[in-house]
Amino acid sequence: MSRKLPARDVVIIGLGWTGSILAYELADAGLDVIAIERGPWRNTATDYPPGYAADELRYRIRHELFLRPEQTTFTFRNKMNQTALPIRSWGAFMPPNGVGGGGVHWNAETWRFLPSDFVARTHLTQRYGAGFLPEDMTIQDWGVTYDDLEPHYDRFEYLCGTSGQAGNVKGKIVDGGNPFEGPRSRDYPNPAQQQPFGATLFAKAARELGYKPFPQPSGNMSRPYQNPLGVRLGPCTYCGFCEWFGCGNYSKASPQTTILPALLRKSNFSARDNSEVTRINLDASRKHATGVTFVDSDGTEWEQPADLVILAAYTIFNVQLLLLSNIGKPYDPKANSGVIGRNFTHQTISDVTSFFDPAKFIFNPFIASGAIGTCIDEFNGDNFDHGPHGFVGGGYMGQVQTNGRPIETAPVPPGTPLWGAQWKKAVKENYQSALKPGTGVHGSMYSYRDVYVDLDPTYKDRFDRPLARMTIDFHDNEIKQNKFLTDKFAEIFQAMGAKQVVKQYRKAPYDITKYQTTHLCGGAIMGTDPSTSALNRYLQSWDVPNLFVMGASAFPQNAGYNPTGTVAALAYWAAEAIRDKYLKNPGQLINA
Amino acid sequence: MEAIVDRIIPPDAETPGGKDARCAVFIDRQLKGPYGSASGLYRLGPFMKGTKEQGPQSPLTPAELYRKGLAALDQYCKAKEAGKTFEQLSADQQDDTLKRIESGEIKFDSVDAQGFFSALLKDVPEGFFSDPIHGGNRDMVGWKMIGFPGIRYDYRDWIGRHNERYPYPPVSIAGRADWTPHKS
Amino acid sequence: MRSALTIAAALLALGAGTGSCLSGGLQDYAAVERGRYLAAAADCGSCHTVPGSGHPFGGGRPIETPFGILAAPNITPDRQTGIGAWTDDEFDAAVRHGRSRNGARLYPAMPFPYYSRMSRDEVKDIRAYLNTIEPVHNAVRVNRLPFPLDLRASMIVWDALYFRPGEFHPDASKSKEWNRGAYLVQGPEHCGACHTPKTFLGGDESSEPLQGYVLQGWTAPDITSGEGPLRDWSIEDVATYLKAGHNRNAAATGQMAEVVELSTSKLSDSDLKAIASYLKDVSGPAQASSSPPDKNVLTAGAAIYQDLCSACHRQDGKGVPNMFPNLAEAATVKAKDPTTVLRVILQGAQTVSTDREPTGPAMPAFGWQLDDAKVAAVATYVRDHFGKAPAVSASEVGKARTAEATRTN
Repeated sequence: MSRKLPARDVVIIGLGWTGSILAYELADAGLDVIAIERGPWRNTATDYPPGYAADELRYRIRHELFLRPEQTTFTFRNKMNQTALPIRSWGAFMPPNGVGGGGVHWNAETWRFLPSDFVARTHLTQRYGAGFLPEDMTIQDWGVTYDDLEPHYDRFEYLCGTSGQAGNVKGKIVDGGNPFEGPRSRDYPNPAQQQPFGATLFAKAARELGYKPFPQPSGNMSRPYQNPLGVRLGPCTYCGFCEWFGCGNYSKASPQTTILPALLRKSNFSARDNSEVTRINLDASRKHATGVTFVDSDGTEWEQPADLVILAAYTIFNVQLLLLSNIGKPYDPKANSGVIGRNFTHQTISDVTSFFDPAKFIFNPFIASGAIGTCIDEFNGDNFDHGPHGFVGGGYMGQVQTNGRPIETAPVPPGTPLWGAQWKKAVKENYQSALKPGTGVHGSMYSYRDVYVDLDPTYKDRFDRPLARMTIDFHDNEIKQNKFLTDKFAEIFQAMGAKQVVKQYRKAPYDITKYQTTHLCGGAIMGTDPSTSALNRYLQSWDVPNLFVMGASAFPQNAGYNPTGTVAALAYWAAEAIRDKYLKNPGQLINA
Repeated sequence: MEAIVDRIIPPDAETPGGKDARCAVFIDRQLKGPYGSASGLYRLGPFMKGTKEQGPQSPLTPAELYRKGLAALDQYCKAKEAGKTFEQLSADQQDDTLKRIESGEIKFDSVDAQGFFSALLKDVPEGFFSDPIHGGNRDMVGWKMIGFPGIRYDYRDWIGRHNERYPYPPVSIAGRADWTPHKS
Repeated sequence: MRSALTIAAALLALGAGTGSCLSGGLQDYAAVERGRYLAAAADCGSCHTVPGSGHPFGGGRPIETPFGILAAPNITPDRQTGIGAWTDDEFDAAVRHGRSRNGARLYPAMPFPYYSRMSRDEVKDIRAYLNTIEPVHNAVRVNRLPFPLDLRASMIVWDALYFRPGEFHPDASKSKEWNRGAYLVQGPEHCGACHTPKTFLGGDESSEPLQGYVLQGWTAPDITSGEGPLRDWSIEDVATYLKAGHNRNAAATGQMAEVVELSTSKLSDSDLKAIASYLKDVSGPAQASSSPPDKNVLTAGAAIYQDLCSACHRQDGKGVPNMFPNLAEAATVKAKDPTTVLRVILQGAQTVSTDREPTGPAMPAFGWQLDDAKVAAVATYVRDHFGKAPAVSASEVGKARTAEATRTN
């Protein structure tokens, strides 16, 4: 039996990036807001100070800042005819937990999607013809355009102090930036970070090959910064312990370093940590949410009534909660009907490791930050003619080496034994003179009929609820895309003077043990048609108008960029719609 | 364990091996802690064998895996190598045994030999390269071998110095020798 | 929270024959507003409110003095356990003359020697404001001093030696702004209560105003200019520090964070400029030069600094304006007494968050990571290299560590 708490205007499920953005926007509008976060509170000086934040074993290997699979996990299979088994220990992606969510341990690579990404189906069909797309590819237009989101991208970048070089300001192409990006209204708030040796060599070789390299847009501050909320960040010191770690000196954009200090001063905002929401509650009509039920660390169940529910719990937790709360029609891949769970995607990542002459090259790989690096965008989205190549999609690629942490970074040439004297010698010889970007090719993953999320029939969480089940595998389109991109990427390292270039193509089947970013997307997608989307263009549930669902779960397919910039822009876009439209007239905003 | 770690990472003239770097101490401490008991991992059944892509599905904890693996290794050696334990073999014989476990040629009855070896391949280098507060990487020998500076957090003076060797000695969470004032 | 109860209590008090309080009326809006501002300036809440209790001015907060603990009384309008039954004259006698309702002498933990500089009308306004506070039933045992100090009669001697009653007299040769600042500093803000050195009896060393004192486990630094630590601070630096808790040089933590949060951040910009103008005109002596520390200690300290401190404070100590203190300009680094420097190294320090500067960065603790010799080395390096202040020994660090372990604030 739940104990009922006093009602609030808004309850937010999860206090990560989107939870914090929505909390601030709605508290600022005068609403009484409570955020409920499954994980613990986290703060810089008490949780990841410079004195011990740089502990590779503790954070990178033992995953201390992430969700414990014991608390909840998912099951996974490649194909529908397989039995899904639990992900007992994380591998392919690293689910966040705790206040700040993924914003605490992300790289801070802060990209915008291309204008064509938002109208992927229309654009590609127009250019290449409907027959060019695989029959089981389910990509869709988003229902919003890049122009709709531009002011909100800008807002997030100025919140974060994103350090970068603009490539297209109001239509004018600017040298040194990304010439392919959509037009932005103004420059980045901070200049690009200084680049390490490897990245500058990459830029030189890329230019010589006719590409237009540019510094990766980075949420690691290139200088001290004060954002529009009055919150300050310090300068990044290139410590090389960025992603998977908390930032010890307030120089990585996160909810803690950009929003929470201002949010916590609002008396109409409160938060509960160590409390997991287990259900969104609906009234008898099943068209109206009455609030949420959550369980605290004592195991006591509570009910938090609210007039407006914001689901901000991260892609796959969003989808699981919608399924467990019976909101929206679950996707059935065989019947090709239903919406919750469909269009689930990840990212298509590969790498190139290159070995240089140790007598001539010293790269100091440990001097780096999470979003440092030089990239080219010639092979992203539809930036090039796909006609001759027989695939769609693409990604940025770059010398984006974020660290030289020794357990992960011991590159040895192929053929070297995996242990023993020769291995040790090869590690020693190559550590300083090899380049290993990590997620060097960062390709899109489009959506397919047989890649989706539903509830597992067998495995349960600690509340005895079914785990979410992922059915995901690579399709030929992405494998072809990746081979093409990886080959192009390798050419650049060849041109840099590497004595050996080793390509690691992404191969099917999709492997849950190999890390390939935490960019899970889809499952509760936005769109214009309620029969093929869960949310309208304002991220409002078609089924339950007083529920809005944030996050990359809204992406109908994933583009060739890190998703956080777009996730945050959508959050600001939705917050604006709630403030300007919904609060004045609660109800379904779109009549479809 | 000490014998094994000294073959995975043998000593040489310039850098100690796994034993002297205290990799065995590291592994021992890890196995006694949450890693060893698979604390925090999803341990509910049913446990079923899946595809390689579905990841480890064994109910064995790392501590159990090591206990069984080490016992099986010694049992194998005693049976095949005239009553000697692994430790008592020569270095070449030890290497040979490990290679044949790695290739799958040697199998154990009580536990997956290749699974045990995979764990070693992961854990021994972790002991060599993790911060010394975890028990291994004694005196930061692993870091000194490759030129990794450890936890030093501020490289602003060095980001622009390309192709130059970084000169400062490494520092761990437990500090470095220079933190203690020398006696005059 | 204002409730019907408060109004009823106020009306009762009105009817209880409190004659002189009738002028202006207890509910006079202007008086209450003035009183709220003055109560902030006088920082009544720092002592009389238990933080986080939700009961403003409800008393019970232990005040640590060099002589023992006193608990601040309940000054809400509760008639039994607060001051609801007091007359305005009795309230004034307490605030400006150091006398309790029954004539007993107050200990100077209540800074009545400073409040004495205020006018009667101002104290009446504070009373009017306090009368609007929610009454809290909380009987406080104030006197927890050891015998014989708990005999209030002992204050007769102290008052004779140190209590100079009387309202503030402006200096005609100075500007209106200077005088306003002098009044605020010498009166309601009672800065000297922490920042002026004390005699062994706990009275102010009147010849060394604002030249620093150590209390409650913190160094209240010398805040004089001239040759003093704030020599390079501008008037704007001082005013910004008081308003925001941060300026380009330093950050308020510990007790001063509380002063900023509850008191100075609530003052008007012109009052803060006045305080700053006055303070910048208070001269202090240059630091005494100290003997150069052991070179080996400095070398070790420099290594620790490079590895652990430079990521925030920078290799050159300049920090980041409004975030990480500039060690060459932070007054506590230069202070002769290293209490604060040791405390923030050992325990870390949470800086204040204000509306003007919400960030509130915190310095992490290093006491778990560094033994006494190492803390002494880095503290000595920082103080010598950036502040030309005396070295710190390992045994001093050990004593500080032990003292802090038992501290509750």
